[in-house]
Amino acid sequence: MMMNDMASLGDTQTQAPDRHIGDVILDLQGISLSFGGVKALTNISFDVREHEIRSIIGPNGAGKSSMLNVINGVYRPQEGEITFHGKVRKDMDPHRAATQGIARTFQNIALFKGMSVLDNIMTGRNLKMKCNLFEHALYWGRAQKEEIEHRKKVEEVIDFLEIQSIRKTPVGRLPYGLQKRVELGRALAAEPTLLLLDEPMAGMNVEEKQDMCRFILDVNDQFGTTIVLIEHDMGVVMDISDRVVVLDYGKKIGDGVPDEVKNNPEVIAAYLGTSH
Amino acid sequence: MLYREAGQFKASYQEDQQIFPIRQDKLGFIAILGFFFVVLPLIASEYWLQAILIPVLIFSLAAIGLNILTGYAGQLSLGSAAFMAVGAFGAYNFILRIDGMPFIVALLLGGLCAAAVGVAFGLPSLRIKGFYLAVATLAAQFFIVWALVKFPWFSNNSSSGVITAQHVEILGFAFDTPVLKYLLTLAIVAVLALVAKNLVRSTTGRGWMAVRDMDVAAEVIGIRPMRAKLTAFAVSSFYCGVAGALYAYTYLGTVEPEGFNLDLSFKILFMIIIGGVGSIMGSFLGAAFIVLLPIFLNVAMHALFAGSMPAGLGSNLELIIFGGLIIFFLIVEPHGLARLWQIGKEKMRLWPFPH
Ligand SMILES: Nc1ncnc2c1ncn2[C@@H]1O[C@H](COP(=O)(O)OP(=O)(O)O)[C@@H](O)[C@H]1O
Ligand SMILES: [Mg+2]
Repeated sequence: MMMNDMASLGDTQTQAPDRHIGDVILDLQGISLSFGGVKALTNISFDVREHEIRSIIGPNGAGKSSMLNVINGVYRPQEGEITFHGKVRKDMDPHRAATQGIARTFQNIALFKGMSVLDNIMTGRNLKMKCNLFEHALYWGRAQKEEIEHRKKVEEVIDFLEIQSIRKTPVGRLPYGLQKRVELGRALAAEPTLLLLDEPMAGMNVEEKQDMCRFILDVNDQFGTTIVLIEHDMGVVMDISDRVVVLDYGKKIGDGVPDEVKNNPEVIAAYLGTSH
Repeated sequence: MLYREAGQFKASYQEDQQIFPIRQDKLGFIAILGFFFVVLPLIASEYWLQAILIPVLIFSLAAIGLNILTGYAGQLSLGSAAFMAVGAFGAYNFILRIDGMPFIVALLLGGLCAAAVGVAFGLPSLRIKGFYLAVATLAAQFFIVWALVKFPWFSNNSSSGVITAQHVEILGFAFDTPVLKYLLTLAIVAVLALVAKNLVRSTTGRGWMAVRDMDVAAEVIGIRPMRAKLTAFAVSSFYCGVAGALYAYTYLGTVEPEGFNLDLSFKILFMIIIGGVGSIMGSFLGAAFIVLLPIFLNVAMHALFAGSMPAGLGSNLELIIFGGLIIFFLIVEPHGLARLWQIGKEKMRLWPFPH
């Protein structure tokens, strides 16, 4: 399957980025991460520029998800440096990452199952809501005003993702494709400057994939959000990415614009060598 | 055809975010409030008020407390009764030792003591989950009851820790009859139930539920799991504490630490399982159910056996029925009576045209 994807890559017209790509906002240098004896990432360096769509590809187990987890502090690398908006750190922390405008979705949907679509997306606003527990207890004045104000923002996200009809549904009852969309909604509600998407189209049918692709491009285009994307569908990746990083067995084997990466012999070998 | 939302359009998010967005629900709720505040005090006998309605209200409050912690924040606790004890003994000591201490203030301070103790025993929740946390709260249950017996200061040096609640007086007005005690309990429980509802529909409650459902994702979106868990322990124990104080002051009058034992903790746990985990209304349904079931069984038995009832059958039957119901709800309907009520309402909405 992957071979077909690679073969068809030559035909895909690469979209010329007409957005203004800015400076480097995230720079990872020499990142190494291991779990016990398992080396998930070995000495990886790459950067992300403002407003770009930066993809990470590679076979299963290559370390892509681990990379995202390092970027927003869920995992702490043993070696390396992370520079985000000019500040150099050894590692990130999930809460700090969130306050600094990083939001994400997960490879295995990580929605709040017992809550409605609306409440799930509302959680995306939590850092922007300032009332305390005692004000919530009264639900009066400032607390009520705040709730309504943020509900408006959440409704914009709901309109954007075209999920108006399911806003009161508990997310556990939704089909897989819609759950993925709601998870994107929760991340978007935080109005992130950097959005990390871990296989947002995995397990979707063609139509759902097209919708998701459109949402990602629109987010990038309309809000200028920088996106780091993990995706297996090569057609999609080569089509919408500005630059692509290729990982294999925790090592970086390629990095560049889609055309460069496609023609990189090491990359082709890595894909031909694995059976997906 | 009576229960419909057709034609009721929400013109603003404020209207959509009300507790009862459907008009019939709101009217129904007002009718229920009127019934409990006005009609019942006029028609209910002293026995009903003192032996049934007051304990149902108090247990509802404790069940709301446990539901906040277990149902909303997902932290299992077997220490509810101990936190009730802290509230009861706390309020008792504030009234005893501080001259002119107003009753309501003592009640709230008792609740705050319980909240503080709850946070202390909730600290393990930051590291452990599920079964292990339940064991840690079990330790709280035994330790608190032991401490209240062991240190006579808490009970003003009475034998085996028994305390007798002082007379309840608010602004010089004595609450000394069952009707007045009932109305006082009802007012406090109603206000605190509203506060609980407000909490669970705001950022605080969404934080609790997010941590319950998926703590890593909660952290990544900026919710602090540690703060969510500890506020849940604090608010939950506050509710149990106030319930415990009412238990002493408007229900029993005389209480001892052993009265707040593990059995009572389990009873409150069963209330939320039967009433509905993660539902404020379910807490009321569960409390009413568990208080009323033995009374109902008793009456049914007497009718059946007409006085020649085999000894012990009643209480054994009660246990069997409880056990069966708990298993039923755990397996078939984890959201309890509250969910059954919800399903009933959805059917009503469609009736008589289900398509
Ligand atoms: N939490 C973890 N504990 C132990 N090993 C892990 C953990 N997360 C990832 N790994 C290991 O790290 C390697 C890379 O995994 P991952 O980043 O999920 O790859 P990918 O997303 O590219 O499929 C795998 O060998 C995986 O088993
Ligand atoms: Mg992965």
